[in-house]
Amino acid sequence: MSHKKSMPQQFTSLTSKTLVLAQENIDTDQIIPARFLTTTSRHGLGRAAFYDWRYDEAGMARNSDPFAGKDAGEHQILVGGDNFGCGSSREHAPWALSDFGFRAIISTKIADIFKSNALKNGIIPIEVSAETHADLVANPGVEVQVDLERCEISRPGVWKQSFEIERFGRRCLLDGVDPLGFLQGCEDEIAQFEAART
Amino acid sequence: MSPKASPKSLFEKVWDHHQVCTQTDEQPAVLYIDRHLVHEVTSPQAFTELRERDLRVRRPDQTFATMDHSTPTVPLGADGKPVYASEDTRLQVQTLQENCAEFGIELFGWDSPNRGVIHVMAPELGLTLPGMTIVCGDSHTATHGAFGALAFGIGTTEVSHVLATQCLLQRKPKSMRVTINGRLHRGVSAKDMALAVIAALGASGGVGHVIEYAGEAVRWLDMEERMTLCNMTIEAGARAGMIAPDEVTFSWLKGRDYAPKGEDWDRAVEDWKTLNSDENAIFSTEITLDARFMAPMITYGPSPDMGMAVDSITPHPCSDVERRGLDYMRFTPGRPIMGEKVDVVFIGSCTNGRLNDLRDAARVLMGHKVHKDVRMLVVPGSEQVRREAEKEGLHEIFEKAGAQWRLPGCSMCIAMNGDMAKPGELVVSTSNRNFEGRQGKGARTVLASPATAAASAIWGEVADPRPFMEAPRVA
Ligand code: SF4
Repeated sequence: MSHKKSMPQQFTSLTSKTLVLAQENIDTDQIIPARFLTTTSRHGLGRAAFYDWRYDEAGMARNSDPFAGKDAGEHQILVGGDNFGCGSSREHAPWALSDFGFRAIISTKIADIFKSNALKNGIIPIEVSAETHADLVANPGVEVQVDLERCEISRPGVWKQSFEIERFGRRCLLDGVDPLGFLQGCEDEIAQFEAART
Repeated sequence: MSPKASPKSLFEKVWDHHQVCTQTDEQPAVLYIDRHLVHEVTSPQAFTELRERDLRVRRPDQTFATMDHSTPTVPLGADGKPVYASEDTRLQVQTLQENCAEFGIELFGWDSPNRGVIHVMAPELGLTLPGMTIVCGDSHTATHGAFGALAFGIGTTEVSHVLATQCLLQRKPKSMRVTINGRLHRGVSAKDMALAVIAALGASGGVGHVIEYAGEAVRWLDMEERMTLCNMTIEAGARAGMIAPDEVTFSWLKGRDYAPKGEDWDRAVEDWKTLNSDENAIFSTEITLDARFMAPMITYGPSPDMGMAVDSITPHPCSDVERRGLDYMRFTPGRPIMGEKVDVVFIGSCTNGRLNDLRDAARVLMGHKVHKDVRMLVVPGSEQVRREAEKEGLHEIFEKAGAQWRLPGCSMCIAMNGDMAKPGELVVSTSNRNFEGRQGKGARTVLASPATAAASAIWGEVADPRPFMEAPRVA
């Protein structure tokens, strides 16, 4: 199809350890503080991810840095508290998380705009039940498998369950469909719609 | 509409009018966008995308830009140029200027008498009209729902989609109606109403929904107050807030630069009168509140849903979030917040940077001084607001009291332009977010109405505005 384009972030499945930030309402100002939004590029924002959680006012690493000693390549799944990603619409939040190395976010509830932004940037937003979430929070660092093809998430040998995901966004990641190309493919309908209104 | 057609909510009516293609399991709806508002922070990467794909802006005539987030609010330099906080912010604004020039988009820039915070200046110009779909790379786009438009924030990738195709791929949200009965007491504002609604719904109570505000208390609000209420809808997690347009809406819009004129106006009003929820419209959630029980509000933790009456006491935490929240704010459970020492007061933002808000603050401040330990910034939401306020002499009231009267912009709402609080400082702010570090690293923010903020500036402590308000509330 004409609107296919090789996407930078294709995704089928992922197996990785989790990193747990269990508190509720982690807003996008925490994920990337506003002072890092003065950029005009979408690249290189990984260093700003959770900056104020990791560094103090003097720019020194905090003892409480939840990322300390956690290799980003090994921990590609972030388990967040309820209402993860609330607040501003800044796509810089998933840009920063993706650049930092995350490929999936698991929570009981993920904020609307963040969820949509994440999926567009190759980060799978996964909402799970309170029990599953409690298990992940109680066992930080466990290995979790995400299978986008089957819409299944599992803690191998312990549990497996399906998750819901917006189907078009999923197809974009699985098949490399380019959403902008898809919209351009609707040009006739759009032109008709405009003509009918005037 | 035939009598047999199923009843629709206001949201459904606007949604249905804008579907280029309806949604299926496999595919979201293609939704047509009437107005696209653009600012410097969330747009540069979208223009880059267009350039990389060799695309043009499909409807520059439906796209409008201004600069507000990174722009300084201090007076222009001796050379007549803005004094930016950093080279990055200057470059970001310059990039917007270049992008608008290259793609033929109207920009309300430094030289425009209409520049301002995007959600303040667009309605002022009549760019926001009932029944429209309006998007912006900014979550407070919900503000424009006050006019009966469907308005919501989008990410930068979606900004590029709208620039290129004037459309968005969207799943239809669910709908919720928040009915507010009764009328507000004197001294209680639309901001307090918004904070009370968010406290009732919780920070994620509206996720997946569009909220329609209805009821006597909402009908009674003027346009600026309605914008304040809709503005903070995102703070309850909802995509958009809407209010059915009525005579208040029409008379506010009439004669605005971009509003229809003459016969077009009459036709438009007839059309807009159909924009309300049918009698038996079904909402996935219905909530009813009573304005008579609302008081001036203040927040006690770093989430907008942690709100309480200004004269009550902080809760004993019943969850981790609350415990951490009180800790961050350095507030003791079970104690009043009134009396907490205040370092900074900020009046402004797309929530409370309009003329009414400045009047509310000025009315309290008149004849008083800002406490010597308090730094107070008053930042009008737009150049229009600034002009009108100066015409009324409000700036003199502020300056005489010892507050700083600034140029329009987002300023301390997001602290990107150099206006910010220092670590540990307590800020009483009329903006919309009290997230950790939002107003500067380590800054502690309490959200409040302009009157509460002004009263707190006088006392140098969080204070109740009601004793300062003698005159009855004017409709
Ligand atoms: S005033 Fe604040 S909330 Fe409004 S657009 Fe500016 S930064 Fe965003």
